[in-house]
Amino acid sequence: MSCGPAAAASRAAEIDLGTQAIIQGTVVHGGRPARTAYVRLLDASGVFTAEVATGPSGDFRFFARPGDWTVRVLAPRTAPVQSTVRAALGTVTEVELTL
Amino acid sequence: MSRDAALVDADWVEAHLDDDSVVLAEVDEDTTAYDGGHIRGAVKIHWKDDLQDPVRRDFVTGEQLGALLGGLGIGNDDTVVLYGGNNNWFAAYAYWYLRLYGHDSVFLLDGGRKKWELDGRALTDVLPSRGPRPYQASAPDLAIRAFRDEVVSAIGSRNLVDVRSPDEYAGRLLAPAHLPQEQAQRGGHIPTATNVPWSKAANEDGTFKSLDELRSLYAAAGVDFAVDTIAYCRIGERSAHTWFVLHELLEQPNVKNYDGSWTEYGSLVGVPVAVGDEPGEAG
Repeated sequence: MSCGPAAAASRAAEIDLGTQAIIQGTVVHGGRPARTAYVRLLDASGVFTAEVATGPSGDFRFFARPGDWTVRVLAPRTAPVQSTVRAALGTVTEVELTL
Repeated sequence: MSRDAALVDADWVEAHLDDDSVVLAEVDEDTTAYDGGHIRGAVKIHWKDDLQDPVRRDFVTGEQLGALLGGLGIGNDDTVVLYGGNNNWFAAYAYWYLRLYGHDSVFLLDGGRKKWELDGRALTDVLPSRGPRPYQASAPDLAIRAFRDEVVSAIGSRNLVDVRSPDEYAGRLLAPAHLPQEQAQRGGHIPTATNVPWSKAANEDGTFKSLDELRSLYAAAGVDFAVDTIAYCRIGERSAHTWFVLHELLEQPNVKNYDGSWTEYGSLVGVPVAVGDEPGEAG
């Protein structure tokens, strides 16, 4: 079993959402999915918690815990952008970031 | 060891793309990343299929590793440059693994795949064609690998450095937040372990911080280098990143990586566990 982000995403349908606080979304650049971007999840005090590379459709997913988080995106030839989100147990919190 | 003896940068790699004695190897957590594009000439090492025994939880034998590396066209005298995603977590793990099995000339590409991509450097999906070479692995150097009994006996007497995120250390998460929250039976950390997240050793682009910054980081966390150190995380890959920092960059000789890490320790019966943000007490 691989435990990479792609594998994690493909397994999402098997996951009991009641035990997870999911933050997911897409990164868009120039109206198109950002295929080369790195999405970082920072906790409420700004400490790094996780990072994934975006998928082919600019998508990403984190399994967080309930609370406030910052989602920050790095990509080539553009300044980082970020957004704050609140995650809750049993909920999929969607966020879109535009570079 | 020092920064120059353990790290190369992207310009160095580009200048050696056609150097037959230098073999690039990509090692990723997302093992499909290589297939979508990799640095020209790089071979792929699968951290699980290639480096773990398929039945029991342990590494492949030296003979099996020799067959793997030789089959990839890596000889004992070749220079291996490792890189990968997730800020080189699994590349650092492979670095530690190759050191364990005695490979002399091995480097990490500073910043790994992320910085390479953020800098807009080229990737290709063309597979390399290196002919097989003989490879003889050494006996594993257990001076850099810790096992569970040694870890339990280190509580309160040696440096235990938990390099996971603060939420994993405290027991609020059981795995990195890009993975489903399932793994060990219990959340928390080994009592007396200091939490120095691996990420504090890296810049946002994945490169390692300066040696002065790294020294300050561990000093501020109370890591006393006069005492032996064991680093751990969840499965030993992030702690390989920290082992690289402590042993290779900061030249601390008595540092081990506990690859059993929290997936083993957090499922052991009868061992002490601390929860919350404080290290906790021995015994």
